[in-house]
Amino acid sequence: MAGNSDPLTPRAKLAVTAGKAVAAASRAAGRGSGSVIGGRVALKLDPDLLARLAQNLDVTLVSATNGKTTTTRLIAEALRAAGPVVSNALGANMPAGITSALAGSSDARFGVIEVDEKYLAGVARDTDPKCIALLNLSRDQLDRAAETRMLAENWREGLAGSKAVIVANADDPLVVWAASSSPNVIWVAAGQMWKDDAWSCPSCGGVMQRPGDDWFCGECGFRRPTPSWALSGDHVLDPHGSAWPIHLQLPGRANKANAASSAAVAAVFGVPPQVALERMYQVQAVAGRYDVVQFQQRDLRLLLAKNPAGWLETFSLIDPPPTPVILSVNARGADGTDTSWLWDVDYTRLTGHPICVIGDRKLDLAVRLEVANQHFQVCDDLDQAVQLCPPGRIEVIANYTAFQDLRRRVGN
Amino acid sequence: MSDNQLRVVWIYPDLLSTYGDQGNVLVVERRARQRGLDVARLDVRSDQAIPTSGDIYLIGGGEDRPQRLAAERLRRDGGLHRAVENGAIVFSVCAGYQILGHEFINDLGQREPGLGLLDVVSVRGEGDRCVGDVLADIDPRLGLPPLTGFENHQGVTHLGPTARPLAKVKLGNGNGTGDGTEGAYNDTVFGTYMHGPVLARNPLIADLLLKLALDVNALPPTDDRWYEALRNERIAAAQQPA
Repeated sequence: MAGNSDPLTPRAKLAVTAGKAVAAASRAAGRGSGSVIGGRVALKLDPDLLARLAQNLDVTLVSATNGKTTTTRLIAEALRAAGPVVSNALGANMPAGITSALAGSSDARFGVIEVDEKYLAGVARDTDPKCIALLNLSRDQLDRAAETRMLAENWREGLAGSKAVIVANADDPLVVWAASSSPNVIWVAAGQMWKDDAWSCPSCGGVMQRPGDDWFCGECGFRRPTPSWALSGDHVLDPHGSAWPIHLQLPGRANKANAASSAAVAAVFGVPPQVALERMYQVQAVAGRYDVVQFQQRDLRLLLAKNPAGWLETFSLIDPPPTPVILSVNARGADGTDTSWLWDVDYTRLTGHPICVIGDRKLDLAVRLEVANQHFQVCDDLDQAVQLCPPGRIEVIANYTAFQDLRRRVGN
Repeated sequence: MSDNQLRVVWIYPDLLSTYGDQGNVLVVERRARQRGLDVARLDVRSDQAIPTSGDIYLIGGGEDRPQRLAAERLRRDGGLHRAVENGAIVFSVCAGYQILGHEFINDLGQREPGLGLLDVVSVRGEGDRCVGDVLADIDPRLGLPPLTGFENHQGVTHLGPTARPLAKVKLGNGNGTGDGTEGAYNDTVFGTYMHGPVLARNPLIADLLLKLALDVNALPPTDDRWYEALRNERIAAAQQPA
């Protein structure tokens, strides 16, 4: 598919060049990578630029509430077995950031693109993807984002009749609802620990029945589709029933699920699971997530958890007590300014861990932990919290901007 | 209350628990246990019958379609009416508050009958969605410190003659009627637009519910320093210019 003919019109070329110049200026001014501002300028000069940049790539889109940045990395790594890849690896996942990332490479065969949930339908229209991976949908930033079921509805309408192969999680009823309007779906039993956004049937509103790993609506018959791929413990089961071991440097069940979905995507492009999974081992920390850093004679593992589903998966991967845990929560614009979601997180799972709380909203955490009958200490900052922990491993769990603050403090 | 057991009923977590509403249940439960009470918590899904012998019923916020489904199922069930006739205390938030009134506007844009347990009628606001920290003075009859919460709604709720405003807003919108009222209550049924969750931000409201359910005038004190610290922080934050 890699085009030999130049697909870009003179206007598009000008837009790409202008975008890069603005990005470079933004970088020079110390304002981050510049990818978003550069993409914005480029899209202004040529509104069809994203479509033009995508037109001679084999595009895969990745969207979800949780795990999209990591899964984008895993898929990109796997597809490099078959050819050069361009990807928005830094997580700039709205149209401007995506445009900027694609403009950065002219010789790629594959485009692997993380897309913000709200923009999926539009980006799918613009980029004519070969494959779309849908991992999960759950409550996230309700003070500014659409309601979760409305997002599923929006995906469903946007993907109806799509020519893309949809790789979708059969264990998330909202994802199944969104994907099942498409003619060509590959279902992956990727699991999902968080279930509290799908007790009500997305189709008819009936009460969902969830015996074991199965689910179905007792009223309208909407039910879990039969998966052709599955995560089974530490293995991926492919459609032929072969089990392939997952070896990742990334921890946790959720990342195994991401690997299973990624293997199914890789197979769409002819990369066999064993090759795909071997390549995924290369992926270490993703944008600092899961990184273990030395700080004041301790080993801090940096874990990002932005919403109840993310916290639940994170609690399942941390080292057992008495490993200390530091929790940090902010409620700035990018986090959502409402902290009520803390009450959907089951903090009794931390029983036995020494707990320190920091961040802008440490007092919300303090009340939350008090009501969960946990022992905890409220600290001024990371340094003070770390000093309260003995040398060794510390699990540090933070939401979005709190995580960025952490990375800055530990120099990661 | 019978058998020395306080029965706390959480109504329809499958439909109405989108905004951390479980927090209100957890706070009531925790503060009752801290007073040495034996607490039985019953989470009732919308395909189950509402028990009529509960002491405190909590009903939370939710999205528009689940709100309609919850109203339909609660009307059909009828159990909450019987519980209120039996003297139970009901505390409702946002979508749940609207359901307890005479009617509200559903996801289809139609007038949906509520349960009529509170003398209020809700309509959809014309302006922007109300989102942000709120500070309000609670009705002096209740003898409680200021109300702090987080609102996130489009509803406007008008009070009839037998409902009293729960509070008078100093910062934020509350009922959205322009007269500064927030929430509503009668002898045993309470409604508010406040999330946060509201009982975590206002533990003395949780204590009020306990006192009404137990029919006592006072409860043993608890160590509320983290609640106090959070309240002070949020009240100060609400007073900051945005």
